[in-house]
Amino acid sequence: MSTISKPKQFGLPRLFPRPMSHYGIWSWVGTVDHKKIGTMYGIVSFFWFIMGGIEALLIRLQLSHAEANIIDPELYNQLFTMHGTTMVFLVVMPLSAAFFNWLIPLQIGARDVAFPRLNALSLWVFVFGSLLMNISWFTGGAPNGGWFGYPPNSTIQFNPGNGMTYWVMGLNVLGVASIAAGLNFIVTIINMRAPGMSFMKMPVFTWMTFITSILIVLALPILGVAGIQMTADRVYGTNFFNSEAGGDPIFWQHIFWLFGHPEVYILILPAMGIVSEILPTFSRKPLFGYSFIIFSGAGIGFMGWFVWSHHMFTVGLGPAANTAFTISTMFIAVPTGVKIFNWMATLWGGSIRLTTAMLFSIGFIAMFTIGGLSGVTHAVSPSDAQQQDTYYIVAHFHYVLFGGAIFAIFAGMFFWWPKFFGYFLSERLGKLSFILMMIGFNLQFAPMHWLGLNGMPRRIYTYADNMGWELSNLAATIGGFTIAIAVASFIVNVIYSMRNKKLAPGDPWDGRTLEWSISSPPPHYNFAKLPEVSHIDDWWYKKYPSLLEGSPKGDLTPKVKVEDTSKVNESDIHLPDLSYYPLFIGIGLSLAALGVMYTYALVTIGLILVFWGSIGWSTEPVNEPGQDHH
Amino acid sequence: MSSDNITVHHGEEINNSTGVSNKKLLMWAFLGSDVMFFGTFIGTFMAYRNKSLNGPYPADTLDIPITTVSTFVLLMSSLGIVLALHYLKESRMGLAKLWLFAVIIMGLIFMGFQVYEFAHFAHIGMTPQVNLFGTTFFTLTSLHGAHVSLGILWLIFLLYNEFNGNLTSDNAVDLEIAGLYWHFVDIVWILIFGLLYLITAGDGVPPGGIPWEGAH
Repeated sequence: MSTISKPKQFGLPRLFPRPMSHYGIWSWVGTVDHKKIGTMYGIVSFFWFIMGGIEALLIRLQLSHAEANIIDPELYNQLFTMHGTTMVFLVVMPLSAAFFNWLIPLQIGARDVAFPRLNALSLWVFVFGSLLMNISWFTGGAPNGGWFGYPPNSTIQFNPGNGMTYWVMGLNVLGVASIAAGLNFIVTIINMRAPGMSFMKMPVFTWMTFITSILIVLALPILGVAGIQMTADRVYGTNFFNSEAGGDPIFWQHIFWLFGHPEVYILILPAMGIVSEILPTFSRKPLFGYSFIIFSGAGIGFMGWFVWSHHMFTVGLGPAANTAFTISTMFIAVPTGVKIFNWMATLWGGSIRLTTAMLFSIGFIAMFTIGGLSGVTHAVSPSDAQQQDTYYIVAHFHYVLFGGAIFAIFAGMFFWWPKFFGYFLSERLGKLSFILMMIGFNLQFAPMHWLGLNGMPRRIYTYADNMGWELSNLAATIGGFTIAIAVASFIVNVIYSMRNKKLAPGDPWDGRTLEWSISSPPPHYNFAKLPEVSHIDDWWYKKYPSLLEGSPKGDLTPKVKVEDTSKVNESDIHLPDLSYYPLFIGIGLSLAALGVMYTYALVTIGLILVFWGSIGWSTEPVNEPGQDHH
Repeated sequence: MSSDNITVHHGEEINNSTGVSNKKLLMWAFLGSDVMFFGTFIGTFMAYRNKSLNGPYPADTLDIPITTVSTFVLLMSSLGIVLALHYLKESRMGLAKLWLFAVIIMGLIFMGFQVYEFAHFAHIGMTPQVNLFGTTFFTLTSLHGAHVSLGILWLIFLLYNEFNGNLTSDNAVDLEIAGLYWHFVDIVWILIFGLLYLITAGDGVPPGGIPWEGAH
């Protein structure tokens, strides 16, 4: 919606006064500051990480021995459905969004994202969308049709009740949040870069965010369509996937994976961006092949659109389609391999510091490579025919999504925590978390490779005791609980480090990009003076200009210091005021989505909230006149 | 771009790397996203074309002459919004308001046709539930109608601001952005009219389908 910025007699009557305080609960609820929004994204998605983890532990408990009877099959279905959905949509995507929010303005030298209130809207829509999906646990059963929701398993005839309707409505609401955030970051990165920062001088994490955002705005609408179609089928009795009326369940698979495969890269590209920042910093070397990494990322983002049917090799699409998708899928391993070799070459000959962030990054490379290699084995459609729907697939995607995305996110937390909050996380506890997670992760997921090759199918709630699967399953369960201990040790670390603050300077790791040129935590306006950029890793070369002349042993005393904020006259810096409209639009959208299942009254109330919020939003001046705003 | 301490007033953009306003860039990016949305629905329609097992089929229902009229009105509204923007930029407010008003009226006429069409279809027994044609036809056209309706609300809001003096040639970009959206929705309708109406209108009973026995 357009905003008309002249604060003339505009006037919807306000139901509440505009929150103005920079302290207290309203300063968080009404905030439009990208840093606070990033923190809230992080807290909420870490909460869902724990919930998704508990779901996984219950699954592992049930599978720990043959013919176990800990969980009944119906609950088991709900648990694996919600575990997958939670980890994809409520954990990895929003945890990445937490990093986007925190880092993009800092890395490109801006004071905020392009649309601060839209950013707040993304957060609140995500928060209420995640609640919407999860209240299904208390209203007659959570979704139970798998995170891919294949019909006819998910149609109303074979899956009555509201579970799967909660699932599609939740995804629809979460899709709005993701698309809004994606649009915001596209505009921010295109238009808000500091003077001199051309595209090929942007930090790699910013580049990967840019590519991810493009994938989000193009892929999530497809999921939205699939969601609308399934909602229509389930609630209004249409025929999209109703085979009695000629509808084709395979059609759902096509549109779901047409979204779903780009989604895989939405999950992993931010992780690749994170490690591409950490490895050069702790190797004290420039990233090897900067432009190769960038173009490989762009190549992955492009080719990710032409591989979706490798999820459907056993559906019977015919040899021509299977061959084409085999080739395209094997081909997409090439840019991924390019990146892995570039990261290794970055480490080569560097003066490596094995901090916790670095350990997690190296762990990422190793685990992601294993996952990538098993991925190539089921890119080949004849071999995939043996692996489809077995634990081999489960092993593969956990190696790339846990060993990949989650390891990188932990690396990013240890790396940027001092920047975000002004104090270090304990390195000693951090290394303990890393070791536990590395052991637990491999103990849990490595045995699944041979479980799968021995024929253990996915999504079964138990198995017979003469299959020879018990030892591997027990190992996997022990591994799962080891991961839980690792995550617990991370939480202990956060609490411990918060209580015994080891304060961080502005540039604690001798960093390379702009976020390290300001104090820790950053002041609310980020940069008092907008930086001028002339190189890739601009801050590094501002510190050590002699390195630019090509000598690897240049003068290593920093020539510039972190920006001193004590002399900044804050009254010169005007940032947008708080706004509560994003919150109410977020509530309204989720209420309307809930109402689709129950009563039109709720839909009406939700839409009125959205409408009122939109009008209020577009008539609200950025700064309240007559206030002393910062 | 100056490197001095830059003061930001009322949401002006501090950095602007491309010279295109943030809001306009946002609209272009959104339209790219919306292409995928409509593209998937249109793809669904085409994938399910001639797959209905029972009537009414397109040949039994679609009325090309009536939809041609509403299509003409909608396309003319695109011309109208170009003129409305042109006169707003030249500060000829009378004509700017007149044309914006005309666009809103044309949008409402289009919606009136759609409501009439839906009511007529429901009357002869074509509903979203009756077969695949009904399912895919109604979801696509009603979501397009929702886009048009949202556009009408937006334009009413802008017209209101022209009347109270908040929308002038200074911030004509706000109308330009609404215009981008409006043109996009029109272009989508051209595709829908071409694919859902003109090409499909002759589709009778597909192989294996039961002939339709007419309205009851």
